[in-house]
Amino acid sequence: MIINKISVMIGGEAGAGITRSGFLFAKACLRGGLYAFGTNDYQSLIRGGHNFYIVRADAEEIYSQADTIDLLLALNKETILRHKDGLVPGGGIVYDGGEIVLSDEEWGRDDLKCYSVPLRETVKQLEGEMIMRNTIALGASVALLDYDLEILNGVIKDTFKPKAAELNVNAAKTGYDYARQHYAGDFDYRLERTSSAGKRKMFITGNEAVGLGAIRAGCKFYAAYPMTPATPLLHFMAPLDREYGMMVVQAENEIAAINMVAGASFAGVRAMTATSGGGFCLMSEGLGMIGMTETPAVIMLAQRPGPSTGLPTYSGQADLRFAIHASQGEFLRVVIAPGDVEECFYKTMEAFNLAEKFQIPVILITDKYLVESHGAAEPFDQDRIGIDRGLLLGENEYRGEEEFKRHKFTEDGVSPRATPGMRGAIVRTNSNEHNESGYTTDDPELTTKMADKRFKKLHDLIKDLEGYETIKLYGTQEADVTILGWGSTKGPIREAMKQLSREGVKANYLQIIYLSPFPSAKVQRILKSARKTVVVENNKTSQLSSFIREHLLMTVDHKILKYNGRSFNPREISKKIKRVL
Amino acid sequence: MTTLEDLKTPTKNTWCPGCGNFGILMGFKRALVQIGLKRDQVVLVSGIGCHGKIVNYVNVNGFHGIHGRVLPLATGIKMANPDLNVVGFAGDADCYDEGWGHFSHTVRRNIDITLIVHNNMVLGLTTGQTTATSQKGFKTKSTPFGSIPPALNPIANAMVSNGTFVARGYSGDMRHLTGLIVRAIKHRGFAFLDVFQPCVTFNYLNTYDWFKERIYKLEEENHDITDKRKALEKAFEWGDRIPVGVLYQEERPTYLEGLPQVAKKPLVRQKVEDVDITALMAGLT
Repeated sequence: MIINKISVMIGGEAGAGITRSGFLFAKACLRGGLYAFGTNDYQSLIRGGHNFYIVRADAEEIYSQADTIDLLLALNKETILRHKDGLVPGGGIVYDGGEIVLSDEEWGRDDLKCYSVPLRETVKQLEGEMIMRNTIALGASVALLDYDLEILNGVIKDTFKPKAAELNVNAAKTGYDYARQHYAGDFDYRLERTSSAGKRKMFITGNEAVGLGAIRAGCKFYAAYPMTPATPLLHFMAPLDREYGMMVVQAENEIAAINMVAGASFAGVRAMTATSGGGFCLMSEGLGMIGMTETPAVIMLAQRPGPSTGLPTYSGQADLRFAIHASQGEFLRVVIAPGDVEECFYKTMEAFNLAEKFQIPVILITDKYLVESHGAAEPFDQDRIGIDRGLLLGENEYRGEEEFKRHKFTEDGVSPRATPGMRGAIVRTNSNEHNESGYTTDDPELTTKMADKRFKKLHDLIKDLEGYETIKLYGTQEADVTILGWGSTKGPIREAMKQLSREGVKANYLQIIYLSPFPSAKVQRILKSARKTVVVENNKTSQLSSFIREHLLMTVDHKILKYNGRSFNPREISKKIKRVL
Repeated sequence: MTTLEDLKTPTKNTWCPGCGNFGILMGFKRALVQIGLKRDQVVLVSGIGCHGKIVNYVNVNGFHGIHGRVLPLATGIKMANPDLNVVGFAGDADCYDEGWGHFSHTVRRNIDITLIVHNNMVLGLTTGQTTATSQKGFKTKSTPFGSIPPALNPIANAMVSNGTFVARGYSGDMRHLTGLIVRAIKHRGFAFLDVFQPCVTFNYLNTYDWFKERIYKLEEENHDITDKRKALEKAFEWGDRIPVGVLYQEERPTYLEGLPQVAKKPLVRQKVEDVDITALMAGLT
């Protein structure tokens, strides 16, 4: 009997409500006091095709999906054919035997438990819609797992409008009753409420966490053009604009989006945009303008595999070099790679502060796996990161005694920032090289001086970042192997570390959160004493390795690279690490 | 109030002698004086090209952006602070070539900003190539055998994109142009003003004389600026006679009107500190 440790997959056609069902199941687990993680896999189409969602629940903290599936909820035959081999021996399949018929050959294995539930028939009886098949299957799984149907009902009631909620509660109950009657006690897995059942955790995506961070940071302007996987952030922000005094604009394209952001920020508002690689290409010229005009801006680049359109609904980490180098010329920028939902929140707040304090663009580099997967998190600490608007002048702070110089030379390179409309201040900026007042110049001395001014900020930026969590070390200082990674590989790496530790391997994990400026000193301190280093990345050329060589003149010993659009499973990492030891 | 002297900048003007841009520059300055706008309440946004240098020649707030992006940049400024008078300046290549993708969208949004296009039907600063408004057959370094497609019609485009203020001016007639700029700035909504401004260096065809022979003022022919059908007809008038003046004007709610989040105060004055997200987080549990 396995209690409070399960990996469930729900699969079916696009449009069948797969993600929603996974979400309901995961939330029901969370409310019972368990931890949950959910991740989706879908194709670039609206109806048909094959979608699946994996929920993993556990009494102990978990960071990613598991390597295997314990229970499969299959809404079509394809789901069984594709995923039955991922099931553990003794794993269960909930499906509609009246609809899905497999030959012995198609089944191919006889160590699975098949739980046929009349999904279609039940929908007809309830006079519901076909999309309710999932809820019936969910109800059946709750029975198989001997879990509490009331918890699922509670989640349903909080998720759907009253009428739909009632229908779905009925559907779940029907599925539950059927499974109880026919399969009670047969499945080897159980879910039970834990002692922390009363404590509410959030079940939240990276996109939502970034959105919360932006709103808490006082972002008042969000412009974007839809692009997977950053689109859900637009969806998150849009309905909140009135309540939180923001403007959320769907621009005509990404070029417009970033220029609108530049305009809004120039006018004194905290502003943000988000996109994926293709959109970021279009934003590159605007990014350079933001750098040249010393306009604060926050840009989230949510990666998916390229080149070009690539795999539009999958995940990758191949745009790190691009984020760090995008746009012509040389200018300061900060590139931050959060690795989990907490970091998505706190690092977004940091991004807004750094953008304004140093008057530079800050890029949050994420990916589909991070921003579209759900993780469990305690409500975020709203006061951990304060608000620092740097040298932005208050409404009456400019006295107007002399000409305002937006790009005034200062000791640290940061100029006081007035915004247009402030009484007596004429604020002028320029994508051309310019003098302190923002007038165009091509004077050689001034050109050098202005470039130096903009780069002078690097000194204080690096000093400031020493106080930030730019890297994190998990595990003991002393280890047989040091795993290096950035961004969303964090979850699978932490799970792999659990496996390695159980199997007697001493591993630690260095997560690099700030990629630019590269936290060389901190990374070096750790790598100096590392016995063996392994980089884990979702790209082909191991871009992080190249940064380590560039900044530390060190070569990593091994690379574990995956670039097929799918995130790592923990075992893929732990297995390969054991191989190189 | 603001005087012409106040609007002077210390910068040396580098436009060619006789450039049509001078008329627009003076017309704009005079319009600001005439309306009585304070310098610190005006934001000038310009793109790339000869026109873009105007940011150096008028002492108001300014953002010299990148090629083709005057409209989204100006839109962002206005959305953040609707109290500002935002006036965008673009060239024909800037707006009608590089930035054409923003034009119809900004027109239909009816955001309360002004766009003045310095239309000389040639690329000047890059030393003479064809643009979207170059005449069919126009020979340049990039089109030695003549421009192949017919010219783009920005006026008609603004009309069919539901523009609320569509006008054309001529930089050779300063008094008339100043009047048009005043009307454009005062218009509540997106005001589009295309201005013929001869390029004395690279446009051998559309010269001061060429325009003088052809243009006539709509107001002198009792044109009804509320008649959309008639305005559209006028938008297509080209050849021996070319109309200048306001072709069409209507009152329509602007983009920001009716948005409750900015009804009381602009974004720039919204509270940044202590935005409470407790309820949002509770909703995710």
